[in-house]
Amino acid sequence: MSDDEFDAFLTETELSGADDGPLAGRTVAVKDNISTAGVTTTCGSAMLADYEPPFDATVVERLREAGATVVGKTNMDEFGMGGTTETSAFGPTKNPVDPDRVPGGSSGGSAAAVAAGAADLALGSDTGGSVRNPAAFCGVVGIKPTYGLVSRYGLIAYANSLEQIGPIADTVEGAAALLDVIAGPDERDATTRYDAADGGPEEHPAETTSYADAADGDADGFTVGVPTELVEGATEPVRETFHAGLDALRDRGVETREVSLPSVEHAVQAYYVIAMSEASSNLARFDGVRYGESGDGGDWNESFAAAREAGFGPEVKRRILLGTFALSAGYHDEYYEKAQDARAWVKQDFDEAFAETDVLATPTMPVVPPERGESLDDPLQLYLMDANTVPVNLANLPAISVPAGTADGLPVGCQFVGPSFGEAAVIRAASALEAAVE
Amino acid sequence: MSETPDGTDDSVGADDVRHVAELARVDLADEEVAEFADQFEEILDYFAALDEVPETDADAELVNVMRADEVREGLSQAAALSNAPDSEGGYFRGPRVS
Repeated sequence: MSDDEFDAFLTETELSGADDGPLAGRTVAVKDNISTAGVTTTCGSAMLADYEPPFDATVVERLREAGATVVGKTNMDEFGMGGTTETSAFGPTKNPVDPDRVPGGSSGGSAAAVAAGAADLALGSDTGGSVRNPAAFCGVVGIKPTYGLVSRYGLIAYANSLEQIGPIADTVEGAAALLDVIAGPDERDATTRYDAADGGPEEHPAETTSYADAADGDADGFTVGVPTELVEGATEPVRETFHAGLDALRDRGVETREVSLPSVEHAVQAYYVIAMSEASSNLARFDGVRYGESGDGGDWNESFAAAREAGFGPEVKRRILLGTFALSAGYHDEYYEKAQDARAWVKQDFDEAFAETDVLATPTMPVVPPERGESLDDPLQLYLMDANTVPVNLANLPAISVPAGTADGLPVGCQFVGPSFGEAAVIRAASALEAAVE
Repeated sequence: MSETPDGTDDSVGADDVRHVAELARVDLADEEVAEFADQFEEILDYFAALDEVPETDADAELVNVMRADEVREGLSQAAALSNAPDSEGGYFRGPRVS
């Protein structure tokens, strides 16, 4: 194990796997909101500084059955709430590409571990971009699967309706091979079921697809849609690198065309209202009674409020309070109901775009990785950095971030978004770009 | 947050922040209250654009997922209590209710 010079890990360990399997001999870093039996799982929060889950997440079981060795638990924004890994109660992670800069987030430790070579592969979780953002900022590959492809059993919840566990690797094929291992139905997460009783497909898509085989570099004949709304917001250097990537794809037989997604102008607002509302409910469980530090003294309510004051950092409190507000009497219709309308509208827009394209392409992030400490003081500015990633979670779709080149010497990621359960298409498109820019 | 639901006054005061914090069972220091009041005003102002979103029907292709109601292995009582700061006789021990 390295000396962790980028502070990617919160806990180093060695949980060995089966002798044989598709990941035999491979090391995997696991985000610290994914449960590992008997190994501290903090979610980057002081609230869970000493929490040891009594069970493994389904994805951790599958990793070990596939022969992988879990080498550590990685740093993250507290409960996944942030895009820079700076809201962790245990200090920030450095970007291995440039240690003065953030690695992105919230799965910043996972992406940094892969970029630094401290693990072959990593797992993150993506609620509004938390796998794709750090993959883009650290110059590696990250996949956000279709909602329901990967079991969330053992993932400590932030916003259940939006989040998926996803793989991070230094190649498209590596990330796809890890997806092959973790994807599939799980009776402990009912949202992974795909056997729509009313005439839906019999098989879960993961059981009939090899994602690694889709990473063949061949997207000849693909039609790639480029949503103008999600390119315009990026900085000039990011756009230049993105467009150079599209040129390289066209040289490999890909047709590109502009598409419009008018609803995405409201996606960031809708995402934050829904995510904060779900967070306010999910994080109610942290009361200092079943786990965490007890809030000493007083009655039930006073003790809870004291435990939560001490255990949560500012961004988590902000989101719990705003979510509580958005769900409160008199404001529910104005915020939460409208956000659900926007979510449905975003889904419709994507469906229409996929009627005439195979996948969509955008810059993953509108900016290059900021310097540490640069962006923490203004929460709204941080939320706006998620403009290109959150629409995908609202629409439950699969997406991948793959390196497209650099701008000002820093990594730029290209995001491909596919139709529901269209992981193979985004993996194929990403592998074509990977081959083209090498 | 002082506004009526039709949005005639959108300023966010310290009392509004304290009220929501009480609902959410989170104590706040005075300086946190002041900081959050300013930030919430800016964030809620940004969220207000949701008002322009048309009513849209969600086309949910959802089916209920059922399983047989059979006894199966679960967490042991000791494992479930293993992270609790305080327990007694196999139960979580919490603060007094009132």
